Amino acid sequence: MLSTTLPQQPISSTDSLQLSLGPVLFYWTRERYESFYREAADWPVEIITLGETVCSRRRDMKLDDWLGIGRELAQAGKQVVLASQTLIESEADLRDLRKLCDNGDFIVEANDQSALQRLTSAGLPFIAGAALNLYNTATLEVMARVGMQRWQAPVEMAQKELAQLINDCHQAGGQHPCEVFAYGHLPLAWSSRCFTARRHQTPKDRCKFVCQKYPEGLVLRSQESRNVFTLNGIQTLSSACQDLRHELTTMAKMGVSVARLSPRAEGMTEVIKAFDQARHGRLPPPDPLTLVEAEICDGYWHGRPGMDNTRTVPA
Amino acid sequence: MELVCPAGNLPALKRAVDEGADAVYFGFQNITNARQFAGLNFTDKRAREGIDYAHQRGKRVFCAINTYPQPDGWQQWTQAVDQAAELGVDALILADMGLLDYATRHHPEVSRHLSVQGSATSHEALRFYHEHFGIKRAVLPRVLSITQVRDLARQTPVELEVFAFGSLCIMAEGRCYLSSYLTGDSPNTRGVCSPAAHVRWEETPQGLESRLNNVLIDRYAEGERAGYPTLCKGRFEVAGETYHAIEEPTSLNTLELLPELRDLGISAVKIEGRQRSPAYVSKVSGIWRQALNRLAAEPERFHPEAAWMSGLAELSEGAITTLGAYERRWK
Repeated sequence: MLSTTLPQQPISSTDSLQLSLGPVLFYWTRERYESFYREAADWPVEIITLGETVCSRRRDMKLDDWLGIGRELAQAGKQVVLASQTLIESEADLRDLRKLCDNGDFIVEANDQSALQRLTSAGLPFIAGAALNLYNTATLEVMARVGMQRWQAPVEMAQKELAQLINDCHQAGGQHPCEVFAYGHLPLAWSSRCFTARRHQTPKDRCKFVCQKYPEGLVLRSQESRNVFTLNGIQTLSSACQDLRHELTTMAKMGVSVARLSPRAEGMTEVIKAFDQARHGRLPPPDPLTLVEAEICDGYWHGRPGMDNTRTVPA
Repeated sequence: MELVCPAGNLPALKRAVDEGADAVYFGFQNITNARQFAGLNFTDKRAREGIDYAHQRGKRVFCAINTYPQPDGWQQWTQAVDQAAELGVDALILADMGLLDYATRHHPEVSRHLSVQGSATSHEALRFYHEHFGIKRAVLPRVLSITQVRDLARQTPVELEVFAFGSLCIMAEGRCYLSSYLTGDSPNTRGVCSPAAHVRWEETPQGLESRLNNVLIDRYAEGERAGYPTLCKGRFEVAGETYHAIEEPTSLNTLELLPELRDLGISAVKIEGRQRSPAYVSKVSGIWRQALNRLAAEPERFHPEAAWMSGLAELSEGAITTLGAYERRWK
């Protein structure tokens, strides 16, 4: 499932870098998901991760719907992954998780230890999600022993540390394909409280699915109008979009296998095109339109506060 | 139920033991523990003294090594585990799976407790940690409702410890990167949240302002009680409203849930606050000891005394206490 066909043309180091489309973190309508993935079938990404990772109350899409989309994307040549919910709270969540893990078609991205337990006890391989907190060689070795096929670096890990970790793994004889969150609002926290419902002064149990009104979340600003976070139901994301398109060569050189692009409500076709060009060594000049659209950050990668943008602020 | 109290330093440890803690927990003076505050925590010598003090009085001592070992510092974390084992602690409180694996292999005789930073919110997650690392106990995140704790308690393969009193983390612990997003340092990597080194207070014409790495966290009118700028407890603007968009500066107090927690078979209640003063630890430990004694003596008629509640309220952040996520409405 994870094997890849490399392009026919001469391969530079960056060509080995695969692009993946992360799961949609926001709550969209069924029509929106469907049209999004119809387009995605033609995008130059090798891997597409599907599923609801944030809130069990978002029920427009059932497992069968995801499987249906998954099969179409697989037909279009994509490697399909199904992602598990990150914060598992109830027996009902566990039942859904069980079904997801037992889907029989696609590899699962485990986003918490409940998923790890289901998958490892069934002897199934898995992708390790970023919230599993894999920060060191020893942890990666534990994961590899129980079936990990690929892992995502914690969002807060710096390039320098990740390079060392990948290198240490290689020295120890471990080859664990690594995926880096290269584009999008960074997922930063999960709570049992729903912040979107809180803004609407309604309890989570009767949230009326208000998240669906905000296809890219709700911006949380400081009292002096500085964008700080994005509220997305029980999840808190960065308000800025991490953008590591200028780092793809470095990633490829240090042994990163996959760069993940996290869906936004608009403009993903252009984003993916730009990343695809970047990995082939053709970085487009900065487009003034995309620059004003969203604030950009890349601080984590450079060992700084995640919100920093080293391309505008001198290091 | 065991009463587990925080020990940020030796005086706090002694006061907790004197006031009736069944167990105390501490960390070393480095980034291996999730309460890395200046002037806090234990050297080897102090830890030895504290452990002797507790053991002589029949009390247990746990060592929290509950941050995530970073790529360039693995030895620092394994040394902390070795050191704690050598000191003769009764349990290690760990979160990182690699470190749990290390402790299982190198010190199988020392009990392993899963830290709240390990983010286990289901019996399946507990089973994973139990099967792979033989954990004896797990500390549950503060995001679960009492119904969810009940479901979990029914099927858990390990002892459960729940937070009873102290600061309230609103996010699932161990998976909150908000602090490093603003400051570069997080509970996972450096054992800190909203670290003091990044805090700035400023009197301005608009009021007293608290900032974290220059991001305005809150602004207080004259006479308003100002709290530490923990980033999730500030007032922010969302869609035209300015309010405590994430959480109010409140503390957790589950005193009235004690009978229910006991009925669920919860093994231990935990008091948060290694960063607190010995006087605070002493007072909180004393009140909780009284409550647990009362619960044991009169299980059917237990009711929190007004004096306990007001005593705890005085010590609380924002002087408000809440049942937090234990109570469904909070969500």
